[in-house]
Amino acid sequence: MAIRPTTSWIVPAGLAAICLFLVIGSLDSALFAQQTVSGLANGGIYASLAVALVLIYRATEVINFAQGALATFTTYIAWQLFAWGLSYWEGFFATLAIAFVVGFGVELVAIRPVERRGNQLTVVIAAIGLLILVEGAIGWIWGNDIKFMPPPFPAHIYRVGGVSFSRQDLSTIGISIAAVVLLWLFFQFTKVGLAMRAAAVRPDAARLVGVRVSWMLSLGWGLAAVLGAVAGLMAAASPATLLQPSMMDSVLIYAFAAAVLGGLESAAGAVIGALLIGVALNLLSAYVSWVTPQLLLPVAFLLMLVFLLVKPSGLFGRTRVRKV
Amino acid sequence: MRLRPPTLAGIVVTVVVAAIIALLPFGLSDYHRSTGATVAVFFIAILALNIVTGYTGQISIGHGAFMAVGGYTTAILTHNHGWNDLATLPVAVIAGFVAGLIVGLPALRLHGVYLALTTFAVALAVPQLVSNYSKFTGGVVGLSLPSHSGLWLYEVSWAVAGIMFVCAWLLLRGRTGRAFRAIRDSEVAAASSGVTLAVYKTVAFGVSAAMAALAGSLYVLVNSYASPTIFGLTLSLYILIGAVVGGLGSLWGVLVGAAFVELLPLGLTSAGVGSSQSVPVIFGAVVIGVMALLPLGAANLLRMFLHFGSQIGQHSDNPLGTEGR
Repeated sequence: MAIRPTTSWIVPAGLAAICLFLVIGSLDSALFAQQTVSGLANGGIYASLAVALVLIYRATEVINFAQGALATFTTYIAWQLFAWGLSYWEGFFATLAIAFVVGFGVELVAIRPVERRGNQLTVVIAAIGLLILVEGAIGWIWGNDIKFMPPPFPAHIYRVGGVSFSRQDLSTIGISIAAVVLLWLFFQFTKVGLAMRAAAVRPDAARLVGVRVSWMLSLGWGLAAVLGAVAGLMAAASPATLLQPSMMDSVLIYAFAAAVLGGLESAAGAVIGALLIGVALNLLSAYVSWVTPQLLLPVAFLLMLVFLLVKPSGLFGRTRVRKV
Repeated sequence: MRLRPPTLAGIVVTVVVAAIIALLPFGLSDYHRSTGATVAVFFIAILALNIVTGYTGQISIGHGAFMAVGGYTTAILTHNHGWNDLATLPVAVIAGFVAGLIVGLPALRLHGVYLALTTFAVALAVPQLVSNYSKFTGGVVGLSLPSHSGLWLYEVSWAVAGIMFVCAWLLLRGRTGRAFRAIRDSEVAAASSGVTLAVYKTVAFGVSAAMAALAGSLYVLVNSYASPTIFGLTLSLYILIGAVVGGLGSLWGVLVGAAFVELLPLGLTSAGVGSSQSVPVIFGAVVIGVMALLPLGAANLLRMFLHFGSQIGQHSDNPLGTEGR
């Protein structure tokens, strides 16, 4: 199938203009700078989950509707580990390991049997079934009441030239970026990463050169679950979000929007989309009085829709030539 | 696809099923009658989704939103303006049709996954809008309506469901239905055979949303109140699950799908298999299991029995529209 890359100057120019706007605004007003940074922190959370979605979409062309629920599930596991007395970072890395096993196992048990015989829609329905199952399981095991996570760091505020940044926001940005960069290094510089990319782009050719494609898919689900766990832990650490079974529902929809903005197949696009959405939502709710917390989601949706109508393939998506 | 005249067997089955549904309430308690009415609501909603997803190939995860449009039309007219609740149904249909056109227009430019995500966002956004404009909608608390007896609800809901079934059958068997199926199977081929994509896709969304709105109105009547939570994301997901489990592109599968999503959770609870905590877990597992064993839904199982496997595998819908890469 012929693939025409969309190399246009409009996207980079637009992004540069947005960056310039944010920098000028931040230099001009301390409130604007603070809102931008905490928007970037939210964007970092969306970015981890969005990259997880892109990872699975690239391999199987399926949107994993259960990604948010799985992230919440692993965050509850972290809560349980902390309750058993592990320190924050012990619990953090143990959770990531458990998340990998959970993601890997879910693909093996729930998705692979469906994928073997069905089409994309059946896999999507299986993912929705998984969403109902996992959210139900969280309520069953831990109850539906709100839990409190210990903070990863003692609260601290950094002041730079009259602008105060919370350590929470900065560390969220840092950890999200670190997770995405590590993943990129893994895909770019390891043999397994190469095999996974091959399995995603040309499954049949990859099989011919000895890549075990189905295991690569399970591996992809495992890695996606790890990224989801990072997003869940960051979200739960933020004072704005409470640990409850539906914690990641709205995060998931913003991650969807981010992945769509980025063109669904591009991890870099998803990260940029997520940061844009995080900042845009924060600035909207700070400066536009009629955007109440309830209206945030509809407004985000409207922005996404308008963008999609103008550019249906996303910021970095490829325009595909459809053949009959 | 050749048009088939209704077969004798088809007519007999229809009459028998209709008779069973009509006589069933006399053997049920009032509580079970209103459960039966909810099955009718899901029947209409899944039928609606089947028109746009099963027959036209445009996936929608947002049909709960269209139900909310109808439900709140009924609730607001009855609660705030003192209308008779049955008189609000035609208004709900019109409101749903308009809402469907509004969503259907952008859907012309969106395909497959993008359409799925857009409609998913609609499903999440509508309850938020409802709770934001609490002046009309009662916000999170909701609006209460006069309640009816289980028998009244059962009869009204299934009468509407029967009419909708006939309407859907008439719509889908003729020229329009053929155009819908052509779009589902290949948009390019349909367009080159003279099917105006824009018109038929928008009409499919409009008709489907109008029908879903009607289901939403009845849903509000059965619950005797309207609130953002009953029209939440779960409702949209259950409708989609019902449509796929029943079998997309089959009118008989709709009945199976409706019974599946409404009666399975209730049945598990009353059979003592699950508590209210564990039912979602079992339900989710059953959905995954059905998808693994019967990827084309219950309707295909029926087909397999009728044709002894001659047609297995030939019927492959791909409503996500993601052709091979």
